[in-house]
Amino acid sequence: MSTANWKKIGRLESIPVRGSRRLCSSHFGRPIAVFRTSDDRVFALVDECPHKKGPLSEGIVAGDTVACPLHGMVIGLSDGVAVAPDEGAVETLPVSVVDGEIYLHLPEPGVSG
Amino acid sequence: MTMEKKSPLIRLVVVGNGMAAMRTVEELLQSDGSALYSITVFGAEPHPNYNRIMLSCVLAGDKSFDETIINTREWYTQNGITLIAGDPVVAIDREAKTVTSQSGRVVAYDKLLLATGSRPLAPSIPGLGLPGVCAFRDIADVEKMLAAARTKSRAVVIGGGLLGLEAAWGLKQRGMSVALVHLMPTLMERQLDVPAGQMLQKALDRRGISFFTSGQTERITGTDAVEGVQLGDGRFIPADLVVLAIGIRPNIDLAKAAGLQIGRGITVFDDMRTSDPAIFAVGECVEHRGQVFGLVAPLWDQAKVCASQLAGDASAVFASKALATSLKITGIDVFSAGALAAADPDDDEITLRDDARGIYKKVILRDGKLVGAVLYGDVTDGQWYLQLMRDKQDVSAWRERLVFGRAFAEAGADKPSGPDYAAMPDDTQICGCNGISKGTICKAIRQKNLTTLAEVRSHTKASASCGQCSSQVEGLLAYVTGAVKVAKKTICACTDSSHDEVRAAITERKLKTMDAVRSELGWKTPEGCQKCRPALNYYLLCAWPGEYGDDARSRFVNERVHANIQKNGTYSVIPRMWGGVTTAAELRAIADVADKYAIPTVKVTGGQRIDLLGVKKDDLPAVWRDLNSAGMVSGHAYAKGLRTVKTCVGSEWCRFGTQDSTGLGIKLEKLCWGSWTPHKVKLAVSGCPRNCAEATIKDVGIVCVEGGYDILIGGNGGIEVRVTDKLTRVASEEEVLEITGAFLQMYREQAHYLERTAPWVARVGLEAIRARVIDDHKERRALFDRFLFSQKFAQVDPWAERVAGSEAHEFAPLEEV
Repeated sequence: MSTANWKKIGRLESIPVRGSRRLCSSHFGRPIAVFRTSDDRVFALVDECPHKKGPLSEGIVAGDTVACPLHGMVIGLSDGVAVAPDEGAVETLPVSVVDGEIYLHLPEPGVSG
Repeated sequence: MTMEKKSPLIRLVVVGNGMAAMRTVEELLQSDGSALYSITVFGAEPHPNYNRIMLSCVLAGDKSFDETIINTREWYTQNGITLIAGDPVVAIDREAKTVTSQSGRVVAYDKLLLATGSRPLAPSIPGLGLPGVCAFRDIADVEKMLAAARTKSRAVVIGGGLLGLEAAWGLKQRGMSVALVHLMPTLMERQLDVPAGQMLQKALDRRGISFFTSGQTERITGTDAVEGVQLGDGRFIPADLVVLAIGIRPNIDLAKAAGLQIGRGITVFDDMRTSDPAIFAVGECVEHRGQVFGLVAPLWDQAKVCASQLAGDASAVFASKALATSLKITGIDVFSAGALAAADPDDDEITLRDDARGIYKKVILRDGKLVGAVLYGDVTDGQWYLQLMRDKQDVSAWRERLVFGRAFAEAGADKPSGPDYAAMPDDTQICGCNGISKGTICKAIRQKNLTTLAEVRSHTKASASCGQCSSQVEGLLAYVTGAVKVAKKTICACTDSSHDEVRAAITERKLKTMDAVRSELGWKTPEGCQKCRPALNYYLLCAWPGEYGDDARSRFVNERVHANIQKNGTYSVIPRMWGGVTTAAELRAIADVADKYAIPTVKVTGGQRIDLLGVKKDDLPAVWRDLNSAGMVSGHAYAKGLRTVKTCVGSEWCRFGTQDSTGLGIKLEKLCWGSWTPHKVKLAVSGCPRNCAEATIKDVGIVCVEGGYDILIGGNGGIEVRVTDKLTRVASEEEVLEITGAFLQMYREQAHYLERTAPWVARVGLEAIRARVIDDHKERRALFDRFLFSQKFAQVDPWAERVAGSEAHEFAPLEEV
């Protein structure tokens, strides 16, 4: 796999534990949230709840889920899928941490997925 | 003249697109017989099929019209049904077996189903045709009423039955001033006896509806539009809208013209056939064994029988059962079934009445069997009484316990208190708001292995609207899952502990971190969830001020970023205005901030402050810096904490003012700001009993009087308005401050997280609060001291902290490197 599309977006410590920050650039026009769990796993999701597009980056992170701040829908961080009985999903993006630096895989504009 | 070629399918034409008609079609579709039919449905209204029962909820604003639609146009298409909406049938030719619509359409039938429903009754009085007069029957009526509520202020409802009361309440909810005229001396006299009717009237009177009982409407006055209602005894009620809700009568015109046998309604036999065997009828248009119908439950039974007959089951017969009535007004519980009073000297009436709690129960016995029940205030046993009536069960053994309800009656009898839901028919409606039956709930519980009320709610919507049926849904859950008792109310699914148990453990076992609480009490999740974490964070903060370190990650976004998130992800910022008093300099600074950061909306709030709406998150620290430098601090408008202290101008300016209400309000706000509480807390101080600061619907309200101050507690606005209870009257401002602080501390230490003072006061009782905060001076002082101690750590302006650089990562996005 080419590394050309892997973007460095900062150090792990720049994201609060059990927290999230939004990325300044967008992904095909949609915002991206980068999450850090209590065991230092990192996930990247489109920052729009499938329910009413609430900013997931502002939600409460527990385990590997986040609860949307607008109406409380709970989304799995690893797959972007809503926890039952709610239905819906948001897109996830590949992300990896190397030597404490977070890399996000962003497709070039015009290139799908 | 029909030109259609003969199809191999039986042509079923349905006249009417209402609830009874479409329930029959749905039942038919679910049966084996559906393959036999091609179905055409005529509807007079230009809509798909909707839930007429829910019109009250649409009027009151609890539901949108779309939420009441039962079957969408797509549903008709998917099921191969031809829907002709907005073109009513005007004639039936029984010889040729055709119907003709208003637009001249002629459709042939093999079987015809009449479900023409009912029409509102109109009194024969002058003025019915004036603009501004309407019925309460269909969505067009509701639209008329809503349009009136937007531009007009005064409504008169004629008719104090079920429909009239729901119309009155809906219009009241929409902000109109509402008067209700009723011919009889008490309300709902066909469903309620005199005491229950009076209690209902008192409750609605308190909610602001004016009643004109024993009121004979003589005429509706007005020239170009309605101006008022003139009563026979000379009373005149001005009105911009008059709603007629005196009753309904079956709509039989079409059947009569076609020569079918009619009485008050279209005569049907037990198989739901009319006098013409090819023609069936269901719903409010029919008369069965001398009875006509206005409630939904028998309509469902008729639909089922009619569908079975259409599908070829000649054995299906309709028999009417005892019926129950309930009223869809949030917070008012009424139940009635069967007889209202003893009919002869051999009947027995047993009555329980508790005016203080607003509870009334009456059961009527005949030959050892229950024949009637009227309940007001506590309706939990309604379905049980109804079942006893339907089963014609001999209840002599429990006679003296019957009125106290099922739990008590059966506890003392031989019969074990086991499943009462077993005998309940599957189509018994449990949730009236959402039209959910016992069968639907049980099926969901079984198929999806539901175990909690919350789960049943999210899967079925049962009890999700007004919540009145929550206890029945819990009962069904216990019945299906076999659980002996209803699940305990825990904080969330992470724990088996209740709020009270967690609070007690934190103080008694000196638990000082979230991890300690979770491991000590056996949490099932390592780090909790979005429900328990904010609760634990608050409980720890309250128990250990100055020791426990607040966890920002366990706070809802608003409390973490100290602003209110809006639906588009921007924030609103509200600086504190002490007692609602501001200055030219502050206003100028706010105006500068609005200009500098291009803030789209600036609004005055209900709490006497100014709201800057639409602030981008990245701008928050700069906005706060500018407000800080003009001397303003956070108004905590986002917090489960002290929000506002609303005041009137008081004795300094007002000619009625008895005390300096503004000054006292500012002192209270200086005392209480920054405190974290289980839910938001709002205060108000009014300078005289005219109460311009609306102190009687606040968590703590002070009403100044000559020589003193009334301290009122436990009020709130919101969905269910609760008026404050009077705690005491004191002579000095110092006492007001101390008692307010002590009361808030007791609330802080005792209430459940997200429980406002109103439900908390209702739960623990005024006397329990009075005992600690008023009667026991030492205890009051101790509470107040703990409040002051906790305030030492809480009174830090969160904006200034963040302007100084705290939590900087919160307000800047990540950048690509």
